[in-house]
This record gives sequence, structure tokens and C-alpha cells, in this order.
Amino acid sequence: MNKTDALIIGAGPTGLFTAHQLKLIGLDCEIVDNLDKIGGQCIELYPDKPIYDIPAVPECTGEELTNNLISQLKPFDIKFHLSERVEEVKKEDTSWLVKTSSGNTFLTPNVIIAGGVGSFEPRKFATKECEQFENKSLFYSVKDKNIFKGKTVSIFGGGDSALDWAIELSKDCKINLVHRRDEFRGVQATVDKMNELVKLGKINLFTKYQMANAHGDQKLESIDIKHDNNEIKNLKSDYVLGFFGLIMQLGPIANWGLNLNKKTIEVDTERFETNQKGIYAVGDICNYPGKLKLILSGFHEGALAARACFKLARPNEKYRFEFTTTSSNLLKRLGKKE
Amino acid sequence: MAKITYVTHDNERHTIEVQNGLTVMEGAVQNDIPGIDADCGGGMACATCHVYVKEDWFNKIPKKEDGEDDMLDMAFEPKTNSRLSCQIVVSDEIDGLEVNIPSKQA
Repeated sequence: MNKTDALIIGAGPTGLFTAHQLKLIGLDCEIVDNLDKIGGQCIELYPDKPIYDIPAVPECTGEELTNNLISQLKPFDIKFHLSERVEEVKKEDTSWLVKTSSGNTFLTPNVIIAGGVGSFEPRKFATKECEQFENKSLFYSVKDKNIFKGKTVSIFGGGDSALDWAIELSKDCKINLVHRRDEFRGVQATVDKMNELVKLGKINLFTKYQMANAHGDQKLESIDIKHDNNEIKNLKSDYVLGFFGLIMQLGPIANWGLNLNKKTIEVDTERFETNQKGIYAVGDICNYPGKLKLILSGFHEGALAARACFKLARPNEKYRFEFTTTSSNLLKRLGKKE
Repeated sequence: MAKITYVTHDNERHTIEVQNGLTVMEGAVQNDIPGIDADCGGGMACATCHVYVKEDWFNKIPKKEDGEDDMLDMAFEPKTNSRLSCQIVVSDEIDGLEVNIPSKQA
């Protein structure tokens, strides 16, 4: 059981700056994120796209913004729990008991949801029949490539993940690569390599095809793919891999008894607290009159939520507002003063 | 101003006047048309404002720019007439446009 003053859900820009604010005012915090890396949408959706509306930063990419926020956290010791999704938030006396998908538990008076539009999950096949094979013969990521050895693997997608795995697995598997159009969005060198393997007969390429059906009893036996012109082909397959990127899903957050408005959580604008005492929502996921889905708004919301956490984490102390330019307390925490 | 008709998966028709300069996605979101999620808010980064555009209109509206097809690869059941509604800007020229909303966005 981890005990902390505040648990932040989401390691995007808002979650990161909220952590900064918590540590600055002397509170502990830990961060959980379902992605395997820090940065949230900035790193997953637009690492290379320039952002022009961060105050005092005329231009930076999603990746640069993330790196700057991480380096701003350097003076502090913050524990990140990546590739973990928060599944359960339950009241325990005056605290919240939080459980993650990896079985980690936290006891904390404050939970700050900085979850963007929810957690990133793999996009799945639209075909209903695919569900029964999921995690048995059909996967959206590769955990152990050895299971594919000597088997026939049908890979779907047109990006780097699909191409990289088609190339890698073609060494000792029979590979079908299926994509909905002729163009691939992977890097050119990878596309060239794939085309070379197609010429050598190591990869069977099917473009303008999509998944239509999956057959098999317990184990997958074959799949049907359908061409833009409605022609159907049956491919014997032991395994299927789908790489369609990630989608944001609100997921378990919907079950925590919070007031939701579409996919957002209603908060007050003083503490950014939800209808549950000690649970806050900041950044894109929160909603209040006049809400702007801008990164700069998330920073403001996080700063106020952090102050609100102080009251519940240190009920016998009084929070005092201080500036980093002058407060020796803050400068000590920042490692700028002995 | 252009009249845009959004046809939901269950064949419900919503015809709405949308201001020039807004996108077809914004027209849907601002008028609570069900089935267009627009998770990323119009950044061409999520493929959850996916619509189908009938053939005759598909060729009339401004063409896809770089990157839209890359995102459409990830959409739910993309077809040859798929578009991201956040990339279709409303103008007088598209008055009468009809788009079909897929059964889900993800």
C-alpha cells in the first residue's frame, strides 16, 4: 500500500505541472498513467506538431513541452507508475483507496484526475467475430514474439508498428500484411524494406482490403478480408495483429460516482473539486462554465487544485501563499537554497 | 451559411445551418449531433469525427490534405468516401452537404 498526500491520474502536461505545484507547497504526490511514457496527448498524438499558445513559449512541439515540464520537476522526487490504469477509487474513512490494473494500491486524501479525454487504449477491429479471439489469437500489441515462430500471422495497419512487425516477424513466420489503401504512413526506409520483402515473397501484401470475418472454434483458423470492390479473400491465419493506433476512452472513471457531462467531469472553479470531496479534475477532462481546452488552462486548474489538496493532507496546518522569487521555503524545496 | 444534413447511424436526419468558417465537425458538436466525438478538438489527431460523404459531394468539397488519410487509417470502418469532419470547412459552396455518421467512432 502506497500512502501519499495526493495521487495524480494522468501524466500529460496538466498532471505534470500539478505535481510541480503540489511538491512546491510541500505535499507528496505520485502519478499513474496508462501509457508507457510520460506526456499524455502531447507525446502520443502530436509529439512533432508545434504549439504556439503556451505563455512565454513562442513555439514548441508536444515533445519539447513534455521534456521541459519533466525538467521543471527535476528538483522533486516524484514516483511515476506508467502502463497502469486506475481501475477503482473507493472511499475509506476520510481517504480514498485507489487500485490500479497492476494491482498497486494507494491510500490518499486527494485524487486529482488529469486524464485528458480518458486513457489511451488500442483501437480494435470493427468486426464482431474478432472479439472472441482477442488476447488468444488476436492481439493489438506484441508481448512475446516467440509465440509466432513458424506460424502464419496476418498483420493489419499501415503505420510503423504494422510495418516493423511485418518485417521483424517475416524472419521466421509466414506474413500477410493487410492495409486499407496503397499508401503507407510508415517512414520511407521501412516502407522500402517491406516492399523488398514482398518482392522476395517473404511478405504477402494485400492493399485496399479490410478485416471482414474471423473463423475458428477455440483457436483462430482463418480470416476473411474484403476488398474495396467487395471481393472477399480467405486467408489461413494462426494469429492476427492489428495496429490502428490508440483511442482515448473514459474507461473506469465513469464508475466513480462523479457528475459527468458527456465525457467530462463537472468541477467548481475555486478548488476544481468534483462532487466527491477530495477528488479533483483538471485539464481537458474537467468542465465548468467558460472552460477552454487549452494547456494553459490546465496549468491554472492544477495550481488551484494543489492548494485545495493542502487542506485535506495537512488539516492542522495553515497554507501560506508564497512566491518562488522570495520565499526561502520554496527555494529550499527547489534546491536553490541550503 | 450552409445547410448541412447529418444522418446518424439509425437514419435520423439533422439539418442544421452552420456558419461559414466553422468546420462540419464544429457544426455537429455545437448542435449536439450524436455520434461525432471529436476527442482531440479538431487537431486531426484522433479520427473520432469520422463521416462518410456521398459520392457526388465527396468530389465537390475541398480535397483531403496531407495527413488526413493517415488518420483515417485508424478510423472505425473507413471507406473510400470517408472524411474527417474537422477538416471540412463550411462555406456557401457546400450548402446542402449531407454526411453519414458511422455506427461508432472507435
